[in-house]
Amino acid sequence: MRNHRARMGVAVICLAIVAMLAAACGTSSSSTVRTTSASQKVSGAVVVFAAASLKDAFDQIGKQFEQANQGVSVKFNYAGSSSLATQIKQAAPADVFASADTTNMDTVTNDNLASGPKNFASNTLEIMVGAGNPKHIKSVSDLANSDVKVAVCASDVPCGKYTQEVFKKAGVTVHPVSEETSVSSVVTKVTLGEADAGVVYTTDVKAGGDKISGVTIPANQNVTAEYPIVALKDAPNKDGATAFINYVLGPAGQKVLQSFGFKPAGK
Amino acid sequence: MSRSGQRFNPVISGLAAIAALFFILPLTGLVIRAPWSSMTKTITSSGSLDALWLTLIASLATTALALIFGFPLAWLLARVQFRGKALVRGLTTLPMVLPPVVGGIALLLAYGRRGLVGEPLYSAVGFSLPFTTPGVIVAESFVAMPFFVITLESGLSSMNTRLEDAARSLGASRLTVFRRVTLPLIAPSLLAGTVLAWSRAVGEFGATITFAGNLPGVTQTAPLAIYISQSSGKIDEAIALSLVLVVVSLAVMIGTRNRSRSA
Repeated sequence: MRNHRARMGVAVICLAIVAMLAAACGTSSSSTVRTTSASQKVSGAVVVFAAASLKDAFDQIGKQFEQANQGVSVKFNYAGSSSLATQIKQAAPADVFASADTTNMDTVTNDNLASGPKNFASNTLEIMVGAGNPKHIKSVSDLANSDVKVAVCASDVPCGKYTQEVFKKAGVTVHPVSEETSVSSVVTKVTLGEADAGVVYTTDVKAGGDKISGVTIPANQNVTAEYPIVALKDAPNKDGATAFINYVLGPAGQKVLQSFGFKPAGK
Repeated sequence: MSRSGQRFNPVISGLAAIAALFFILPLTGLVIRAPWSSMTKTITSSGSLDALWLTLIASLATTALALIFGFPLAWLLARVQFRGKALVRGLTTLPMVLPPVVGGIALLLAYGRRGLVGEPLYSAVGFSLPFTTPGVIVAESFVAMPFFVITLESGLSSMNTRLEDAARSLGASRLTVFRRVTLPLIAPSLLAGTVLAWSRAVGEFGATITFAGNLPGVTQTAPLAIYISQSSGKIDEAIALSLVLVVVSLAVMIGTRNRSRSA
């Protein structure tokens, strides 16, 4: 008798929870159903997953895009491109993916989560050092000196992969003190003075202002990072995604990107 | 009144079952998705072994530091009356509620190469904590030691001090009282605090990656290795390492729970 009552109790609670979950699902799915009007008018939130190195430029583009399209809000998720690709594969509700390399973009398109990415900008690498270059670093090979603390990106994130290419082209073996998870963490370590030097994007040096200095990597040792962007197949806001990408590829978006030190896309 | 006579309440049991399931299901997910066929190979790869070894060393060192420095602090908070005690208690246990990343930044500003204490240290001996294994231990101690201090403090405060007084009045020395009366009485909270601090140290991520950075073999503990693996699409590696941590922590938790109950 008691056992029976206990079972009933559990069943009632389970039912209640299932009902709550169902209700929650119901409301969320009905809110994502959008009226896809024939006109180009976009609305709602556009969720953009973007590489950490794009933060300053995309924040600016986002603001301008919102001003140009009343009623639209852009929400950014900045992280290392590989983290973002993993999140997208685990069905994160993103509309747009902007990667700092083609490899991570490929893992998303290969999983059939998006197709036809377009390159919208390119970047090169530069050595970031403390303001005034206290360790007198002049070249990539100086990074191999044992008294220079070098922070790099982990080789799994695009900036880390590019960094390894640069080291290879320059023919040096560098023993970094840390392999950071995104280029922004490398910037932090150099800005705080914990690391003497870091290999980052040219745009990061430009954004760093007078707290840091940059050492140019010659073209024959440098790499060109192409940034591709794509609308995701399962984008909750497809119109918004397309409009945002067009804005980035258009003259206004390109102007902002170049003001932050990005170069035009290679092809 | 007796425990066995507690009436079975279906509502409480139902809610409790949901709470238990809530914790059990994610672990089940890990077990089901684990790459069993390549498990040993993944775990015994040099990268994983380095990370696990470092996790073990750093967490044990953290626990030792918690005992050496945390015990006196807990004693002070529990037994000695002084002005500003509430503030000291609040400040030293703050890391328990602080996001670990905040702890990491604060550590950089204090013990980093340009930090409050770190800068004079660096100019004096040319050593700085970030990017070193001692740096990992410092980060873990910052986050884990408060768990030890607060657990031990509550054990010390709830203890009946009249037993100590009685022992003293019967002629026992301070040391004997501590060894024969105090220590046995606080043993359960001492053990619980030690295990809590150790397990918190094993799982530490935010303060470690912010303060000590991420370098395989030097500062990359298992949680960092897991994060790097999962964010670079190597989910199998991440799951395999996670399972090791789960199994070890679970064994320690269950083992010490039984002990502290019988103590």
